[in-house]
Amino acid sequence: MPNILEVKELVKKYGDFTAVKGISFNIEEGEIFSLLGPNGAGKTTVISMLSTLYTPTSGDATIGGHSITKDPMGVRNIIGVVPQDLALYEDLTARENLVFWGQMYNLSGKPLSARVDEILEQIGLTDKAKNRVKTFSGGMKRRVNIGVGLLHKPKLLFMDEPTVGIDPQSRRAILDTVKDLNKQGMTVLYTTHYMEEAEELSNRVGIIDHGGMIALGTQKELTQQVGQSETLILHLEEGANAEALAKSFNGIKGVDKADASDHAVTIICPEAEDVLAAVVGKANEQNVKIRTIDIREPNLEAVFLHLTGRALRD
Amino acid sequence: MLKTFLIGFKDLRLAFRDRAALLLMLLAPFLLTIGMGFVTGRFSGRTSGISDIPVILVNQDNAQLGNALVDLFNATELADLMEPTASLNLETARQLIDSDEAAAVIFIPEGFTESIIPKDGQTLSGEVISIEIYANPSRPTSAGIVQTIVEEFLSRVESGSIGGQVAMSQLITSGRVAPQDIPAVGEAMSERLSSSTTKPVTAIKLKQNEVGGEALQFDVLAYLAPGMALMFLMYTVSYGGRTIIAERIQGTLPRLLISPTSAAQILGGKIFGIYLTGIAQLGILIFATTIMFQLKWGDTLGVIVLVLAAVFGATGWGMLITALARTAGQVASVGSAIMLIFGILGGSFVSLENLHPLVQNLSKITPNAWGLDGFTTLALGGGLADISTPVSALVLMGTVLFIAAVRLFNRQGIAQR
Ligand SMILES: Nc1ncnc2c1ncn2[C@@H]1O[C@H](COP(=O)(O)OP(=O)(O)OP(=O)(O)O)[C@@H](O)[C@H]1O
Ligand SMILES: [Mg+2]
Repeated sequence: MPNILEVKELVKKYGDFTAVKGISFNIEEGEIFSLLGPNGAGKTTVISMLSTLYTPTSGDATIGGHSITKDPMGVRNIIGVVPQDLALYEDLTARENLVFWGQMYNLSGKPLSARVDEILEQIGLTDKAKNRVKTFSGGMKRRVNIGVGLLHKPKLLFMDEPTVGIDPQSRRAILDTVKDLNKQGMTVLYTTHYMEEAEELSNRVGIIDHGGMIALGTQKELTQQVGQSETLILHLEEGANAEALAKSFNGIKGVDKADASDHAVTIICPEAEDVLAAVVGKANEQNVKIRTIDIREPNLEAVFLHLTGRALRD
Repeated sequence: MLKTFLIGFKDLRLAFRDRAALLLMLLAPFLLTIGMGFVTGRFSGRTSGISDIPVILVNQDNAQLGNALVDLFNATELADLMEPTASLNLETARQLIDSDEAAAVIFIPEGFTESIIPKDGQTLSGEVISIEIYANPSRPTSAGIVQTIVEEFLSRVESGSIGGQVAMSQLITSGRVAPQDIPAVGEAMSERLSSSTTKPVTAIKLKQNEVGGEALQFDVLAYLAPGMALMFLMYTVSYGGRTIIAERIQGTLPRLLISPTSAAQILGGKIFGIYLTGIAQLGILIFATTIMFQLKWGDTLGVIVLVLAAVFGATGWGMLITALARTAGQVASVGSAIMLIFGILGGSFVSLENLHPLVQNLSKITPNAWGLDGFTTLALGGGLADISTPVSALVLMGTVLFIAAVRLFNRQGIAQR
């Protein structure tokens, strides 16, 4: 499959602060690509540049062959954007919002009204079409926000953390919508700080942290970077000295890496069972009480931890 | 272009769904108009806000027509509106204008009557001697009323004399009237002219008489209603400016900017929306006061053109405030302050004629003053041609402010701040 998006060395500075530090990646037609990163990593800034809202400080990207810096209008016609924060007119009804935004995407007349009906059906708001958006729940608003991004059937859809702050049911519906759209042939760039979402949805994942791309590949490729390692997380009692405990674990045979965070120590090791006894023994030696122990198969969380020494969610 | 309209109509719709905005756009000016109408006695049948206009009549004609005009100004129907004084000397009379003791001087030169109605046995010289009016520039409204009355008088003289002359010469040639009877006929004519019982006197009355309506005095609401409407028009334009900043914060402006719509179309649409809302506001207020108070705004075409021009000038101010402000709150507070300052400066509360000349000059920067000037002219019976000065001033004001605002917007970019 050809690339629909090619990003080359994108940089964005806000004053002295560099929010995006030379990011490059490609997206193939037909795939779901996730940008996974914690709060403040620079995901929204990347989307803002790709959607031609902000001009990059340096670097460039092409979308369907159009440069975001030299031909922004060409780009705007083929992308759809679902912004992280709701961008709707609360005093217009769902339908009026969709009609207005459709007009901004050069739709009109019968095709527009047919498309609006289709979208309302798709986001499950046909019944509420005539209600003002301000009367909607958070999840319903999010669905309208997504609907607006789909009106002109974009080739490439940017979704910036579309599930933040909503109930599990709406979240499920949104994830299913993304998969449906992709099945119908839409390419999707999806940003999130939920590892589970990236794992469920994407063909490939780019992990972004402090404005840099620290890993990129299929989930399999990425987990292989941390080897077949498993993750062992010890949750400690309050007041325990996690730092000291983590340090003492580094001497244990079979422990690749041990890191302390608040009341917890995270250990990366090829086989958790092999080190469990020794780890608990050390804790006893230091009089640290362990509340619970988690053992996790290799996942993106582990990859992030491996690469940054921090957990994805703070 | 189409998208500019669509964005504008979207904003119009949103403004009319915002209860707080509606309250200030429509209800407040309406209620204040009523309130001030009560204060000035409009609803209790007492006289109008503009009254006792000091006018000096210098009658050197001392013949039928000149006397008829003097009588007209002294008629009981005009007693509240006019405070006429007679003077023999034009120079001393004009000094009263310079010292602001008179709103206008009417000079009726010697031979005025004779130049229209020939003396016994004589023929017309063909040269008409004109009445001269000296207006006090700092009292344009009062002077305008005086001028309108004189013009109306003259137009009656003209139609009367032409009709009369033709009739008389026909009567003479047909032998039904002897030449020596002519002065008597002329007298009857001038009597008709000065008799305010058969013909109402002010321009407004005359206008109404033409369409067969009942007589009204100069309606103070014709001054109050546009004053209030123009003041709250300033609210509307700053409200519109606020929505530009609000859209930036609520994310709809960035969303517009990443749609295939140019920044110029978007800014144009936002401005058009403000313009439309202002027009809708004035339109509704004019309609409502016409229906509910039988207020006569005057010549329809003139009112339409003046509304378009006034809203244009005001929109320019709204744009400038928005371009200079950083937050929606700033636009709101600066907008309210300007609304009040312009309201006072522009004569919405106190007639400009009573204010210091410096204030009168300063008022020229407000769309209120120009708009009110125009609306008063129209209410007094003026037409499109009579409001060309305020209309041009408003268009010029809007144009200059737009250029300034768009430059500021371009420098900052409408999305990023
Ligand atoms: N307009 C701006 N001016 C200055 N700094 C900014 C601006 N926008 C973002 N930043 C900074 O740039 C960094 C990246 O922000 P960005 O919004 O791209 O992160 P993100 O990955 O989308 O985070 P989140 O998951 O919270 O949405 C942050 O440190 C943020 O504070
Ligand atoms: Mg973000």
